[in-house]
Amino acid sequence: MVSRVATRRILEYRDDVVTICLPLFLAGGQEERDFAKNNPCITVDGCDKMCASKGVEMYGKVHPKSSIVISEIIKKEKHSRPKSKSRIEPEDENLVQETMKIINEEVDKVKEKE
Amino acid sequence: MSEKKRSKHIIIPCSGIGKALGTITRRATYIVTEELLPNDTDSICLPLLTIEDEETVQKIRQNPCITVDGCVAQCAQKNVAHHRGKLQGSIKILDVIKENPKLKPGNVLDIGPDGEKLARKAAEKVLKIVGDKT
Repeated sequence: MVSRVATRRILEYRDDVVTICLPLFLAGGQEERDFAKNNPCITVDGCDKMCASKGVEMYGKVHPKSSIVISEIIKKEKHSRPKSKSRIEPEDENLVQETMKIINEEVDKVKEKE
Repeated sequence: MSEKKRSKHIIIPCSGIGKALGTITRRATYIVTEELLPNDTDSICLPLLTIEDEETVQKIRQNPCITVDGCVAQCAQKNVAHHRGKLQGSIKILDVIKENPKLKPGNVLDIGPDGEKLARKAAEKVLKIVGDKT
């Protein structure tokens, strides 16, 4: 839920980023599979299984420009683990804000290199 | 004496991030797996299936699956079919909306009260499929 909410919130105030539904890599056509190849990707994964990062490599045949993993942020910054799978509780807000800050920084870094 | 492990219905939402409908699929799934039928149902992360995680592929092949999709791309259903899962039913949130035209969901981050009602109606459809198959 944190990866989802942080990503969506970034989309709502930056007009230089887009997102894609990961399962569409398989369910969609070549256009969707080329999306990762033709655009610099920053993946935001919830756990260390890193489906988003692996999905970009598997279907886009490229490494993501940056891979953010929420469970690592939780460990590093000593946040408590979110309890609800359906909603962001007030106590999760700091983790969402921290994740948004990291996504923003990574987008800026990728843009600088372009 | 060993007891045969009872199979659970696996409810698989598309979890699409582009529209409120994707969030409704997640909510409908959790209503079933956490509130209504926690002992008879389970879920998986669809992206795990997309990256061909072996444990997840086995799970959808060994248990009856019900997909819940938000848009016409039907990612959940297509991913299960691609991996030859035991697909027993598919719910489309677009159908639930057509059946309940007065309910207007909010957005991806907050589906709102009508979105919650749509999720509960989708959950009822899932329950019906689970009931019909058990």
